[in-house]
Amino acid sequence: MAILEILKIPDARLKQISEPVAQFDDALHAFIADLEETRQMGPAAVGIAAPQVGYFQRIVILDCSQTRKPVPNHGHLILINPEITHWDGFELGREGCLSVPDYTGNVIRAARITLVAQDPQGDRHEYEMKDFEARALQHEVDHLDGLLFLDRVVSRRTDLFQRKVYQKGANKKRKAANKAH
Amino acid sequence: MNNWKMVTLIGEDQPGIVARITDALYQNDLVLGETSMMRLGGNFSMMMMVSGERDPNTVLAAAAERLDLRLHVDDIAGKLHQHIAPNIQVRVMGADQPGIVAKVTGVLAAAGFNILELESDVAGTTENPVYIMTIQGVSETVVEVLQQAVEGLDEEGVDVTVSAIETLFA
Repeated sequence: MAILEILKIPDARLKQISEPVAQFDDALHAFIADLEETRQMGPAAVGIAAPQVGYFQRIVILDCSQTRKPVPNHGHLILINPEITHWDGFELGREGCLSVPDYTGNVIRAARITLVAQDPQGDRHEYEMKDFEARALQHEVDHLDGLLFLDRVVSRRTDLFQRKVYQKGANKKRKAANKAH
Repeated sequence: MNNWKMVTLIGEDQPGIVARITDALYQNDLVLGETSMMRLGGNFSMMMMVSGERDPNTVLAAAAERLDLRLHVDDIAGKLHQHIAPNIQVRVMGADQPGIVAKVTGVLAAAGFNILELESDVAGTTENPVYIMTIQGVSETVVEVLQQAVEGLDEEGVDVTVSAIETLFA
């Protein structure tokens, strides 16, 4: 096991597109162990992608089970050759990145996704993800395609206020719900 | 590089303000830190952390006069890399009426909420103006308690929604 060096902006290698994993062998498993150790070294990253450590293969580790407030999640996942097959809805959320120190920004992501990925043995699985976990996965898949959240940051003024408009009356509904309790 | 000044410039908007001002700074070896620039009601406003040997007042005087901008410089104790990540977002919307900002932020302040960023705008039409405001800040008070605290503003026709910001760090 070893802690790998994380590439940081403006390193041009972060723009490189990663290749699909073809060999599900010991070398892959050893790399995954190093990648996991690297993820845990940093300040509580919920995910890490292989290209962030200069290894340009389509490998992602994701773990949204330890967030401050619990969110729907699939636990600790090692996702090889992940492919998003379905997108639904959109949400604005704030993101930061191991490769972009001291900066966070608002990014629009699909609220719900369907994902197909292989596990370290090469078996295929399908996942339905939503909200925070779906956001984290999209952030990681972007790394595999040479994209950073910086490439998707929207102006802070571009808030999705419209979203709240059609939820007008939510306060009253919540009040009614509280009374019912 | 450690002595930052806050430089504020305000004036009627026109193309080229940012280019000319920042060029004057650059040509005089003054560097920029964090900045915020925005058009508000036809005026362009710039707030910039500026550092360097020379006095921004002297350096910018000519450009500011040519662009008809008011210039103000303050010494500040600020530093870079002091970001605080917001954990709460507050969205406010309501028929425009005096006191919306004061009421909402008053309630939030009483709950120990610290505003990091506030943007507000008047949407709708001249006849039916709608006030829209988004606030991002930090608070140790939980979302539910903050939401309850602002609930009273409902009766005044102001829709306030408090939500948690879980910053994704990956």
